[in-house]
Amino acid sequence: MKYKSQAVAKPYFIGAMVLFVAQILFGLIMGLQYVVGDFLFPHIPFNVARMVHTNTLIVWLLMGFMGSAYYLVPEESERELYSPKLALIMFWVFLVAAGLTVIGYLSVPYATLAKITGNELLPTMGREFLEQPTITKMGIVVVALAFLFNVGMTFLKGRKTAITSVMLLGLTGLAVFFLFSFYNPDNLVRDKFYWWWVVHLWVEGVWELILGSMLAFVLIKITGVDREVIEKWLYVIITLTLVTGIIGTGHHYFWIGAPEYWQWFGSVFSALEPIPFFAMTVFAFNMVNRRRREHPNRAATLWALGTGVMSFLGAGVWGFLHTLAPVNYYTHGTQITAAHGHMAFYGAYVMVVITMISYTMPLMRGRVANSNSAQVLEMWGFWLMTIAMVFITLFLTAAGILQVWLQRVSPTPMGFMAVQDQVSLFYWLREGTGVLFLIGLLLYLGSFFKGGKAAA
Amino acid sequence: MFFFLMFLALTYNTEQQLPQRDQRAQLANPAVAAGKRIWENNNCIGCHTLLGEGAYFAPELGNVYKRRGPEFIKAWIKAQPTGTPGRRQMPDFHLSDKDLDDLVAFLKYASEINTANWPPNIEG
Repeated sequence: MKYKSQAVAKPYFIGAMVLFVAQILFGLIMGLQYVVGDFLFPHIPFNVARMVHTNTLIVWLLMGFMGSAYYLVPEESERELYSPKLALIMFWVFLVAAGLTVIGYLSVPYATLAKITGNELLPTMGREFLEQPTITKMGIVVVALAFLFNVGMTFLKGRKTAITSVMLLGLTGLAVFFLFSFYNPDNLVRDKFYWWWVVHLWVEGVWELILGSMLAFVLIKITGVDREVIEKWLYVIITLTLVTGIIGTGHHYFWIGAPEYWQWFGSVFSALEPIPFFAMTVFAFNMVNRRRREHPNRAATLWALGTGVMSFLGAGVWGFLHTLAPVNYYTHGTQITAAHGHMAFYGAYVMVVITMISYTMPLMRGRVANSNSAQVLEMWGFWLMTIAMVFITLFLTAAGILQVWLQRVSPTPMGFMAVQDQVSLFYWLREGTGVLFLIGLLLYLGSFFKGGKAAA
Repeated sequence: MFFFLMFLALTYNTEQQLPQRDQRAQLANPAVAAGKRIWENNNCIGCHTLLGEGAYFAPELGNVYKRRGPEFIKAWIKAQPTGTPGRRQMPDFHLSDKDLDDLVAFLKYASEINTANWPPNIEG
């Protein structure tokens, strides 16, 4: 760690990991409710568990991005962070806001939460992933602006690199597109159309820029490959991302009332969306193969390579699987979507945040790399979580194919609930692999507490 | 940048075409907007899909008006939760008769949006 202020990343990463555990526990509750429908009912109905599962994911990834920026921007800019104090205050504001929101979800019915937070003044609640009370959304905007100001000032006053420029562009886009979460017209088609400006333009747009810059940063550090080479790759990747991803939004506009030409634009451009992810895979492997040093943190290298592979599989391959309009006509809104969502989020965003944590945490704790035994434990965590996620995705895909067939393709279509009973075997298998994922996560977290002599 | 501008141009064109597709005339009935609030304030999207978007735990409701009709929908909501052991449960949302009428107006509106013939059949 070159600059003292980089250490503000640490609370962000710890907060992210706490929320990660909560996310997985609620995921397991939902997974069980898929097969034991009345599990924990009426205390934690499915919709509540799902809000906690998805919202904690979003918040902990945002914390991971912020922590990463607080670490990476000073190092790249070659100066201390503009205001470490502001960063720490914002961490607590963010954590408390997220905590209160989750407590709100769990303690009162959602309609009551809408009422006590004054949703009728500016109704933004009750839309997928944007369930947070309006006041929480405003809190997110405040935290994001303070964060942007802080890293922006650091950036402006210091050395400007391709990595920080791309990261800042991504983070600014993240804040700008989030503003569409406040736009909720009564017209359902327009509501859905602009809802995707938050959701799609985040995960298949600006978040990919953040992902690319984080991966590039870690690769420079662990491989020692020339910055010029890595930056050239980064530019190619983000160009491909923006070319394919922006109009690729059209793959969400097939069946929500938008004009039918979106079936063409959406299919063609989103069919190209795997290309930047494939470039990312090649990039990660190429740089590691051309490494000029043997970095003692082998776990971080593994996570970086894993990000390259799993983001391509989850976002690229599983996305392509159902992105063409004639296919999507049958798969839209089924377990196929869920399968893709799980592996894409894990492979791209979860893994890149952990890559960054894996690389920076030892440095923030005063060593280049963790002890050998701690790294072995961390790698066990990597493999268990990653393999579990592969099987979660495969089981959901199997459930999805059956669901599509029984409910939509068959000449005698069955009703939704009857089909759910038919595919329950795969839900049980998914729940089992979910438990495996939790074990992997616990081993991973255990590696932080494993001592021993630092590897060199 | 070019692609972002193209995206904005397509969005502009979409906005021009939407009046023919999105049944906006129905929004003149205040029950539709009120029903959308009921839909949102009870987080229906947390279990159901609407035009294929949402959670995959419970049936698609974009076409439920056509599949089941208004009276069935209201009676069904009032009968929840079923309490059948092991079966997925829908909470009791304590909706008034007016709330139910508004919600049905919203679901009728949703069912008449031109969705390019999606879903493939009435089961959603």
